[in-house]
Amino acid sequence: MDWSIAALLTQDGITNGAIYALLALALVLVFAVTRVIFVPAGELVAYGTLTLAGLQLGKPPGTVNLLVAMAIIAGAVEIYAGLRRGEIGTVPRRVALWSGIPCAIAALVWWCAPLALPLPVQVALTLAAVAALGPLLYRIAYQPLAEASVLVLLIVSVALHFALTGLGLWYFGAEGSRTPAFASASFQLGTVNINAQSLLVVVTSAAFIGVLYLFFGRTLLGKALHATAVNRIGARLVGISPNFAGTLTFGVAALMCAFCGVLIGPITTIYYDSGFLVSLKGFVGAIIGGLVSYPLAAAGALLVGLLESFSSFWASAFKEVIVFTLIIPVLLWRSLTTHHHEEDE
Amino acid sequence: MTRSSVLNALLVIALAAAPLVAPQFWITLGNYIGLYSIVTLGLVLLTGVAGQTSFGQAAFVGLGGYTTAYLTTRFGTSPWLALAVGIAITAAVALTLGFITLRMKGHYLPLATIAWGISLYFLFGNLEFLGGHTGMTGIPALGLFGFELRDERRYFYLIWTIALATLWATDNLLDSRPGRAIRALKSGLEMAEAFGVNGARLKIIAFVYAALLACVSGWLYAHLQRFVNPTPFGINQGIEYLFMAVVGGAGNVWGAVIGATLITLLKEALQDTLPRLLGRAGNFETVVFGILMVVLLQFAREGVGPWLTRLLPARRRAKITGMPLAARERIAAAGPLLEVRRARKQFDGLVAVNDLSFEIRPGEILGLIGPNGAGKSTTFGLISGALSLTSGSVVFCGQAIDRLEPYEIARRGIGRTFQHVKLIASMNVLDNVALGSYLRGEAGVVRAALRIDRAEELRTRATAAQTIARVGLADRMFDAAGSLPLGQQRIAEIARALAADPVLLLLDEPAAGLRYREKQQLRELLRSLKNEGMTILLVEHDMDFVMGITDRVVVMDFGEKLAEGAPAEIQRNPVVVEAYLGGV
Repeated sequence: MDWSIAALLTQDGITNGAIYALLALALVLVFAVTRVIFVPAGELVAYGTLTLAGLQLGKPPGTVNLLVAMAIIAGAVEIYAGLRRGEIGTVPRRVALWSGIPCAIAALVWWCAPLALPLPVQVALTLAAVAALGPLLYRIAYQPLAEASVLVLLIVSVALHFALTGLGLWYFGAEGSRTPAFASASFQLGTVNINAQSLLVVVTSAAFIGVLYLFFGRTLLGKALHATAVNRIGARLVGISPNFAGTLTFGVAALMCAFCGVLIGPITTIYYDSGFLVSLKGFVGAIIGGLVSYPLAAAGALLVGLLESFSSFWASAFKEVIVFTLIIPVLLWRSLTTHHHEEDE
Repeated sequence: MTRSSVLNALLVIALAAAPLVAPQFWITLGNYIGLYSIVTLGLVLLTGVAGQTSFGQAAFVGLGGYTTAYLTTRFGTSPWLALAVGIAITAAVALTLGFITLRMKGHYLPLATIAWGISLYFLFGNLEFLGGHTGMTGIPALGLFGFELRDERRYFYLIWTIALATLWATDNLLDSRPGRAIRALKSGLEMAEAFGVNGARLKIIAFVYAALLACVSGWLYAHLQRFVNPTPFGINQGIEYLFMAVVGGAGNVWGAVIGATLITLLKEALQDTLPRLLGRAGNFETVVFGILMVVLLQFAREGVGPWLTRLLPARRRAKITGMPLAARERIAAAGPLLEVRRARKQFDGLVAVNDLSFEIRPGEILGLIGPNGAGKSTTFGLISGALSLTSGSVVFCGQAIDRLEPYEIARRGIGRTFQHVKLIASMNVLDNVALGSYLRGEAGVVRAALRIDRAEELRTRATAAQTIARVGLADRMFDAAGSLPLGQQRIAEIARALAADPVLLLLDEPAAGLRYREKQQLRELLRSLKNEGMTILLVEHDMDFVMGITDRVVVMDFGEKLAEGAPAEIQRNPVVVEAYLGGV
């Protein structure tokens, strides 16, 4: 390996690592607020790429149908919950909210699909469509179980991963897709050739991380979300609705996942089932941060990206083995440094 | 014959007759259900009983399968020896994974098993000597007493003999000393460790047990198929095993068979009909499984097993016979039994306990009282080992115990109750109290699984029954602990602590929430314990209760000792009166 190859691998690793970092942050965010280990994040990443690819071809992506289907289920769940609580008065408003908004987004995407709009508009449509799936998933699958243990929520997540992978096959088909790069330019920095697309990925990821940092540290809403994470009942007593916090969090997380999908699309071919491995790499990063620390999670994800890119050079067949085995020493390190008496909940 | 042994006999006859009459298709399916049941059984113990989870069981199945495939085809090793090697490898891997993850929060184990499952899958697929993604063929058939088990119908007997044997062993395990302790893990380590259970160690044992069952299933699979490739050992299969455990439901070994059967039949049906219905090929059954699982967890978290097992006759109540367990050895203490020396506990900036010192003398009832937030519960936690000291020390029988784990403190002879009652609601009072005598028994997992622990078990039950009678709950012995009123639950907690034969009893607000008559009964119980020579530390809110029963009282306020003395002195102490009633 010479210097130029090392530089190339590093650039690749940092680019992928930045995407994993974005994902790792979404995972930490969801876990912190709702205690959900958000395994199906990977499917949302894949949906992001495949939705944009569909729009590029000028046909309505499968996401449209999925949105409508989930909107109908969410409406039904609201009616059921309203009837059970005997609060029939609020049902029409809630149904309008839970079914109406997703259907409106679906209709917009459907209407725009054949218009061959410029790439940034298509990206915006993709983000809107996939981000809308987040709150729907929360409302349908997680909210009724919000008080359950981390373990039960994790099993729900894995079940959703199963369901969403199958639905991905149904709505997007078995073919893989790539999306166009946002920038094709490249420039020299010393002896290294820097690719503008990579730079864009890193900069947008970093920007997202910065925004999250400010949001949680400086805004009232961010602090409210954080409070819910620490103590649901306490947060409720001071007027923060955990359901609202969960919905918002899943919306933001799904938006980040969709963004990952848009960023990763030009780098690798994405299939309906590619998301799982991508999200697990985000998890390895998040676990390095103990599922609580944003900066450590981002650093961990960068490490995963670098490890992946260098091991694909040295031992490409064992790339996944190496990346996923990294979790063992990481957990060992965490196990030895954490206090032994952490209770399960 | 009882109804349950009739049912068991019918089941065995049905299984024995099946290969003689059933069509080939059902035999194949029956073989798979047997293999899956063995794996799921491990998950029932791990998830349903111990409250941990693994998505990586398929990888352990793969370890068993690949070990025997490699050894028998490359070296001509006997399959039985290969089984032993497979078990050794699996145990080593499970021990390592368990040691690393089980000391931490509950969600690290499942995440680690996902990662490990994926990484082993890719390893199987990329190692040349294991045949890569195409796998390995030519695995020999199993030989048993000169018989070659080439025929699926004969193999059916082997699979189900092993499946029933593992069911029997696991059922035995749940109904034993280690079984009670494993069942206690789910309600949090704190309770189990207060009775001397080393929680982390037992969790690892449950994990290794589940891994070994998976390994055996993989070994059987390899010699049934005579061929292995990575696909059936991937993460998706691992997830399906967990689904089987969730569908079957926890807490009962039959849940494993029920879950394995339902998921296998459902998958068979869906793989057949869904692509035809949708007009497209693909694994669409995953959608149904995923949705089914979410619905099940939302509306029937216990799975469907409990509905079916409710139809089975209840386990017979074993008669209580035999001698109680021997009393534990005592260290005779010269001077105070327990000394708290300048104990300090700081939570960041807040000093909850500020250089507190007091002692407990042998045979006395010491009351620890104080207004809300005085630091009583923190002090209690410092003595019982639930919290660690910032500085200072706690000395019991002349030895410092403040660096010990709670289960080690229990071993020294300190028993405790909980401010918020921590009984296992679904277990009867007898079993709950028997958990208290954990330290006085020795039976381990192997003895329990093989049911050669019965002599000790009878004595344990006799001890529990005797203790229950002593506190006056004999008529509720076989009722589920959760069905008792709060007052009796608190009494049952004291019985559980007494079953450990402690030297010192720590009671955390035992009178809280009790009615007048219940308080009177509790007072009489504590008096009779004192007369028998028990030393008691009573942390309590209820003034009348404390003043009527204690020998001495320590009053705390703002983390410091305000006063100490006989109840009558304390009641007249102006400082104490001011702390309770406020300045005038």
